[in-house]
Amino acid sequence: MLEAIAFYILAAVTVLSGLAVISARNPVHSVLFLILAFFSSAGLFVLMGAEFLAMLLVVVYVGAVAVLFLFVVMMLDVDFAGLRAGYVRYLPVGGVVAIILLAEMILVSFAVANAGAASEATRPVVGDAPNTVAIGRVLYTQYAYFFQIAGMVLLVAMIGAIVLTLRHKPTVRRQDISVQVGRRRDLSVKSAPMPTGKGVKPEDLL
Amino acid sequence: MTIGLGHYLTVAAILFTIGVFGIFVNRKNIIVILMSIEMILLAVNINFVAFSAFLGDVAGQIMAMFVLTVAAAEAAVGLAILVTFFRNRGGIAVDSADLMKG
Repeated sequence: MLEAIAFYILAAVTVLSGLAVISARNPVHSVLFLILAFFSSAGLFVLMGAEFLAMLLVVVYVGAVAVLFLFVVMMLDVDFAGLRAGYVRYLPVGGVVAIILLAEMILVSFAVANAGAASEATRPVVGDAPNTVAIGRVLYTQYAYFFQIAGMVLLVAMIGAIVLTLRHKPTVRRQDISVQVGRRRDLSVKSAPMPTGKGVKPEDLL
Repeated sequence: MTIGLGHYLTVAAILFTIGVFGIFVNRKNIIVILMSIEMILLAVNINFVAFSAFLGDVAGQIMAMFVLTVAAAEAAVGLAILVTFFRNRGGIAVDSADLMKG
């Protein structure tokens, strides 16, 4: 009973904040509703007994991806009102596609859940090991190569993002070690002739 | 009143549909499109975890983790492209991305 109440609250918050993401006028509000959607689906994960993935969702999405979105939205000076033009125009066709898609997927979901491969599963299976231990046992043995490839994907994404956004400004002075090392005395020191009794002006030295 | 697999799959289906619908109606605003894609991937993750939990096979959660990895990488590269696009064109309207005449 308590589980059902928690499920319905979390599911309703997820769906409503998902709707708010795509309908909010201010994109900052969209990002904040996206965070709410991720948070409540992390709650759904906990209800299913996938605690590790729930925490991962909070750390990765709320902590990294959503903050990245927030930074980009606030950094770019964009006229978001102009970008909403055509919202009403695409509403009918989008609605028709969405309703058909939703009907099909719910039909398939209940077919699978009630009569298909998962028909005997009535509630989440609780294994003998804690969730994190169970994931670790499989992830570092059977899926070790995939785990490393995932690391490579993240590395490539990191390098790609840096390469894409790095700018070479000609006005910024950088350290050039070869020039520093190759500096000779005649490049930096100038000896000016100094006739006796005449003195030297600063312009002569430049 | 037990919460079965179908309930979770329904939530995931609704979230997926919201994501697709968001791409349809916000098709000028790349930032909202990227957020809609994130929601679609979240729906996929809910499906993976639901099947994993109800069938008692932890492999589904591993797959959800990989989806999470790819989603994070996609968001990072997508936002980097967005920033570069904004610098070059002075705006993020999808319609102005017509340099390649595609």
